[in-house]
Amino acid sequence: MIFSGLSKETIFAPATAKGKSAVAIIRISGAKTTKVLINLIGSMPPDRVMSPRRLNRPQTGELLDQAMVVFFPNGKSYTGEEAAELHVHGGRATLNAVVNCLLEEGLRMAEPGEFTLRALQNGKMDLAQVEGLGDLIEAETEAQRKQAHLAHDGTVSKASSGWKKELTYCLALLETEIEFSEEDLPPNVKKQARNAILQLQEKLQKEVGGVDMAVRLREGFEVAIIGQPNSGKSTLLNYLAGREAAITSNFAGTTRDILEVYMDLEGLPVCFLDTAGIRHSIDPIEKIGIERTKTRARDADMRIFLLEEDQQIFPEIKCREGDLELRAKADLIKETQSRGISGLTGQGVDLMLQDISKVLENRIANVGVATNARHREAINQSLEHLAKAYSELGRKICLDEIVAEDLRQAIRALETITGTVDIEQVLGEIFANFCIGK
Amino acid sequence: MIHHYDVIVVGGGHAGCEAAAASARAGAETALITLKFDGIGQMSCNPAIGGLGKGHLVREIDAMDGVMGQVADMAGIQFRMLNRRKGPAVQGPRAQMDRALYRKAMQKTIFQMANLATLEGEVVDINYANGKLEGVVLADGSVMKAKAVVLTTGTFLRGIIRLGQKATPAGRVGDSSAVRLAKRLDDLGFPLGRLKTGTPPRLDSRTINWEILEEQPGDDKPEMFSFLSSKPHARQISCAITHTNARTHDIIRRDLDKSAIYGGYFESTGPRYCPSIEDKVVRFAERQSHQIFLEPEGLTTDLVYPNGISTSLPEETQQEFVKSIRGLEQARITQFGYAIEYDYVDPKSLCYTLETRNLENLFLAGQINGTTGYEEAAGQGLVAGLNAARKVLGKDNVQFLRSESYIGVMIDDLITRGVTEPYRMFTSRAEFRLSLRADNADQRLTPKGIELGVVSAERKERFGEKLQILEHYREVLARKSLSPSVAMDHGIVISKDGIRRTGLDLLTYPEVNLSRLAEFWPELKEIDQQTTILLENDSVYSRYLERQNQEAKSLIEDERCRIPHEIDYMSMKGLSGELRSKLDSIRPETLGQAGRIEGMTPSALAYILSTVNRKKPPEHTSI
Repeated sequence: MIFSGLSKETIFAPATAKGKSAVAIIRISGAKTTKVLINLIGSMPPDRVMSPRRLNRPQTGELLDQAMVVFFPNGKSYTGEEAAELHVHGGRATLNAVVNCLLEEGLRMAEPGEFTLRALQNGKMDLAQVEGLGDLIEAETEAQRKQAHLAHDGTVSKASSGWKKELTYCLALLETEIEFSEEDLPPNVKKQARNAILQLQEKLQKEVGGVDMAVRLREGFEVAIIGQPNSGKSTLLNYLAGREAAITSNFAGTTRDILEVYMDLEGLPVCFLDTAGIRHSIDPIEKIGIERTKTRARDADMRIFLLEEDQQIFPEIKCREGDLELRAKADLIKETQSRGISGLTGQGVDLMLQDISKVLENRIANVGVATNARHREAINQSLEHLAKAYSELGRKICLDEIVAEDLRQAIRALETITGTVDIEQVLGEIFANFCIGK
Repeated sequence: MIHHYDVIVVGGGHAGCEAAAASARAGAETALITLKFDGIGQMSCNPAIGGLGKGHLVREIDAMDGVMGQVADMAGIQFRMLNRRKGPAVQGPRAQMDRALYRKAMQKTIFQMANLATLEGEVVDINYANGKLEGVVLADGSVMKAKAVVLTTGTFLRGIIRLGQKATPAGRVGDSSAVRLAKRLDDLGFPLGRLKTGTPPRLDSRTINWEILEEQPGDDKPEMFSFLSSKPHARQISCAITHTNARTHDIIRRDLDKSAIYGGYFESTGPRYCPSIEDKVVRFAERQSHQIFLEPEGLTTDLVYPNGISTSLPEETQQEFVKSIRGLEQARITQFGYAIEYDYVDPKSLCYTLETRNLENLFLAGQINGTTGYEEAAGQGLVAGLNAARKVLGKDNVQFLRSESYIGVMIDDLITRGVTEPYRMFTSRAEFRLSLRADNADQRLTPKGIELGVVSAERKERFGEKLQILEHYREVLARKSLSPSVAMDHGIVISKDGIRRTGLDLLTYPEVNLSRLAEFWPELKEIDQQTTILLENDSVYSRYLERQNQEAKSLIEDERCRIPHEIDYMSMKGLSGELRSKLDSIRPETLGQAGRIEGMTPSALAYILSTVNRKKPPEHTSI
């Protein structure tokens, strides 16, 4: 069941590394591909030809991105089933929007290796490829292992095994009521189960909230530097890029107007965005750049406003909690009320970096175990089943086996994070807690 | 004496009887060899059949026209449906048995069966040459030839009974243990393990003060095990309930070091779900009392089985603690409780037909495979007997799936995961629990039995009639429908979405049943009681059944993908060393089974599948 149980669903996953690419590719495979493509781009592109298309979110009609789309008909794709690739701009916001949209369309995020698995099932791999598969699997699991290790720094096993324990306990309480109703059981077993479910729901709910921050932690926080043209944004960015702490080189961003510099800020991955100067313009190309700037700036985790004397914040971009307002070109001014910064002399830069890391540190304090959209989806699904279990337990005539079934589904939904809960563990929990047996 | 049989079944317990009967029904010339005729159908532990999960097993055996259900209905003296207040999927039929009646009914069934010879004798060895099974050797040195052998030797393999500080080699009180056979299995390379279990002392009914004890009667409307039975045959009686107390616990604690289990005489594992009274007192020290069910062993005997105080304390201590219990102050012990330790064969070395991989045409069933319980034994007997017969007759083997039966769950658990304690069925082991109800066992399995030709004409006919009526009313209910507003007029509240609901849809609402529907669809009034229950039970879980059906479909797909026997796991470099050796020892027969091995990952499965695809095996199985 591990296997063909999955094969009916249409799956998708970003095929490119996250965060640092100009173009991101999202792969889709399964019977629903055609339907989803039509929903997103209006009509089918020609088979196996890269076609530029506007991606719209079907529910609202909002434009997600200008993308390149290619469709592979049944039997002529990597997986052997109907498939497609969406080549979208590599910014995080764009990618997330497309991913969320595909989830809304009822697609499921692929498990690691699932595309390969389908290729195998559909006989798309020949003998030579099969021989090489051993290495591939090893590489895949090693990468997974490393990723898991890096991302959660050891906390993942601790916290998820906590949920696992609670889930096992909840199920054990219900199974005790079912299997051993003849025994001398304490009278409040179901009440205990209901409380335990409630507590777990709260924990998981909190976890869902932490996912966004966790994604940032892995893929990088975005800090947009905003100011009028010539306010010293690029100078500041160049200064940052020249520091030893900068871990990668800068390169042209996906929009051609936004320059990105990645830094390791006391362990936090931060991407500084140099945005096109904001001003009124009649040049159509510059206009597009400015619009992009505004969008990126709004989506960024933090904004640094470089302001001239007495200048107000730009009305189109709101200053939100945690954002910094700094006096631009501090090297030119002798005395100033507000804090100054200069990319030329480095004045105020250390202080700014300290402030940024303080703000971000605060935000990631909420991060739990769940660290990506797949986790969030799993938790949300699990929460759905827990809610059903909880409400069934509250009914006057409650069928224990239905509660247990919902709990099992809740556990199954979480299996990608917690690992499986085995029936032996449930039985073990029962016999450890209740004196059972004639 | 030399006689040539198709299938020889060794042992006349619950596994042996069911195996012999199944083999004979499947058309093989079968012989059942037992130590003594009178031991056939003996219940060596508690005098009850069924329960949760176990009752499901009995119904399934009956659906395949096995013998346990009908025999239990002949011998039942108190019938109770467990979990009556829960949903139909987790209700299990259970009944107290009259031991003598059970033996008698089982012996009659076995002796009368066509294609089946019953012989008295002690099988001491298996006979084989050049890796080919030839038959069995009896204690007098004679050889009985057979194409296939089913071993159902229970706890007799190197069995040791322990009582206090005494140890006696025996299979059961009064029976010798099979040492030579155990050694032979050892020589054949079977991985053997050791398990233990225990029994309580037996009491003399005439010395129990029944008047002061709480009575536990049977159900007003007894539910039978067999789909062919309608009512109990024997007179019905009640059981009684009493409790241990602080003084009982003091006595037990005082003498713990003299207990065989607690004195450190055992190295094997006992079952967690069936702890000795010593265990209960130690592990749940805060409890002041434990429940004891006093179960009469029959209508014509004075023996009583006190369920709940299995023990291996010395005789004097047993006597003393029993007398400390309310109602048992004067009780006389007729046979002391004891613990028994025995060899079992690691069931991971078996195929899903229960044939051994070590020796072709040798099948194992029952407690020898590390299980406990009459019903578990009988279920395995059915599978082994059926497959042994079909194999020697040159027919396809039969697999029971997890998605269709508790029998399938049990076999798959045993051969995929092995055992660490005596394996007992629980409904929670079945992931398809909501579909695998005791009441629909015949709908699940009788068609399979008919197809395999092991179901009697009578059962086939009655099942056909029942199904026809059921289908008829399913159609009627699917055809009838009403709108939400009309439903409202009849007092049934459903959301006003303008969608018409059929009778089947309406039944899924908890407050709606057939008699409610019959108020405005009078045609439904004529539905009989049995059909009503089946229709209503089907509707209880309808919200969940679709998902289970989906999962069942994919399970069948994975089970169809067979893995060839000769596959070499140790050379699969893509798998971790741990997984490699697990796969090598379990040798899963299907992709589905491989997926259920602990620690299996999707990528590892993909790797195995790719290897399988390279060498497609020409194999057939009836699923």
